Amino acid sequence: MSELAASSQSLMACPECDLLQRIPPLPIGGKAQCARCDFVLATSHADPLELPLTLTVSAAITFAVANTAPLMDLSAVGRQASTTIIGGAGQMWLEGEPITAAIVMFCAVIAPACYIMLMLAVLLAARRSPLPHWVGELLRWGLHVQPWAMYDVMLLGILVALIKIAELATVDPGIGMYAMGVLAVLLPAIMVSFDAREIWQRVAWSDDQQRSASGTDERNYAESGR
Amino acid sequence: MTTRALSAAQAGLVACETCKLLLRPVHPDHLGHCPRCGAELEVRRAHSIQYTWALIVAAAICYIPANMLPVMITNTFASSEADTIIGGVVFLFTSGSWPLALIVLVASVMVPLGKLLALGYLLISVQRGMPGGCRERTRLYRMVEFIGRWSMLDVFVDTFTVALVQLQPLMSVVPGPGVLFFAAVVVLTMLAAEAFDPRLIWDSATNLESQNA
Repeated sequence: MSELAASSQSLMACPECDLLQRIPPLPIGGKAQCARCDFVLATSHADPLELPLTLTVSAAITFAVANTAPLMDLSAVGRQASTTIIGGAGQMWLEGEPITAAIVMFCAVIAPACYIMLMLAVLLAARRSPLPHWVGELLRWGLHVQPWAMYDVMLLGILVALIKIAELATVDPGIGMYAMGVLAVLLPAIMVSFDAREIWQRVAWSDDQQRSASGTDERNYAESGR
Repeated sequence: MTTRALSAAQAGLVACETCKLLLRPVHPDHLGHCPRCGAELEVRRAHSIQYTWALIVAAAICYIPANMLPVMITNTFASSEADTIIGGVVFLFTSGSWPLALIVLVASVMVPLGKLLALGYLLISVQRGMPGGCRERTRLYRMVEFIGRWSMLDVFVDTFTVALVQLQPLMSVVPGPGVLFFAAVVVLTMLAAEAFDPRLIWDSATNLESQNA
């Protein structure tokens, strides 16, 4: 068991170099960097929850399109072929590379889907007050899965594949391809517009009542930070 | 910074790695879980150096077959041609798209190798307690973390080439065994970057500073 340090919310240890420092109230659009290693400790957004939520909802819709619509059509000497993302991984599985197929499936479909769903749940729950206790747990998973959602990498990979194949056959990009391009922009945009601190400050603790004093503290801090 | 730097560990505090909450542990040996987000509390990532070494050694071993074995085998009715990663780069270069060849070369050959070397250097420097260049080493670590995922590029290229070029019996592309090793290199180096604790870079410098003060 642990107990809260007798410090206010603004005291923070840099996650990359462990330096203790106090985060001053930030102006909108401002960011606080670690004095020692330049790590970005906090950012302040004009719209810390609504904008990420809007982006996440758009990402969820685009994700559904990107995974159902064909990515591209290929035609050569009267023959046609088309594929989706899942179809690509499936073909890999059929051709005798199940582990690679699983890795591709994870990075291309499962991780982005988890990330979008977890963010959606967290951001929707953040509109409620007090926050449900499971928000912290979900956000933790969301942050873990984030680097494995590789839409930008996949988009570049598909473009390279397209150019390689264009030598041999005619390739038409499909709707799925455009949806992927949009997603490759939306996912980083969610990450940039969202500061997890905004949620953490609102998360209620599971095991205490005596925290109410520091709770008001946090709210005051959050307001002055805006 | 001119004033004396104090790290959370020196102050007897633990920062939750996930939600950054600062806590004063009751039992220094049993930190338990973060009361706010449920993550396991650690002063430094557990066995960071051993895990990172193990992962990059495994990745270095996989790196050899990843480059020697073919990643794609192209079958046409007359012939069957196996391509390694370098072969793919050469193909892109000779077919006239040298910018793409450069992208693939950087992402699939130089980035994995650079990541292995960079993490190895960071580990050795931490183990030897090198005091200087902390800022630069942290920047190096951040770069490794950031570019790591981009080496997945070639795996995606192969997957979608295989998925599309299925024009039996005229021509078909099947994946080679190299893809698996290559994907393993990428995943292992990404995990290694996650296992490495950048705060270790600063620990020797902080200790030195507090001795002098």
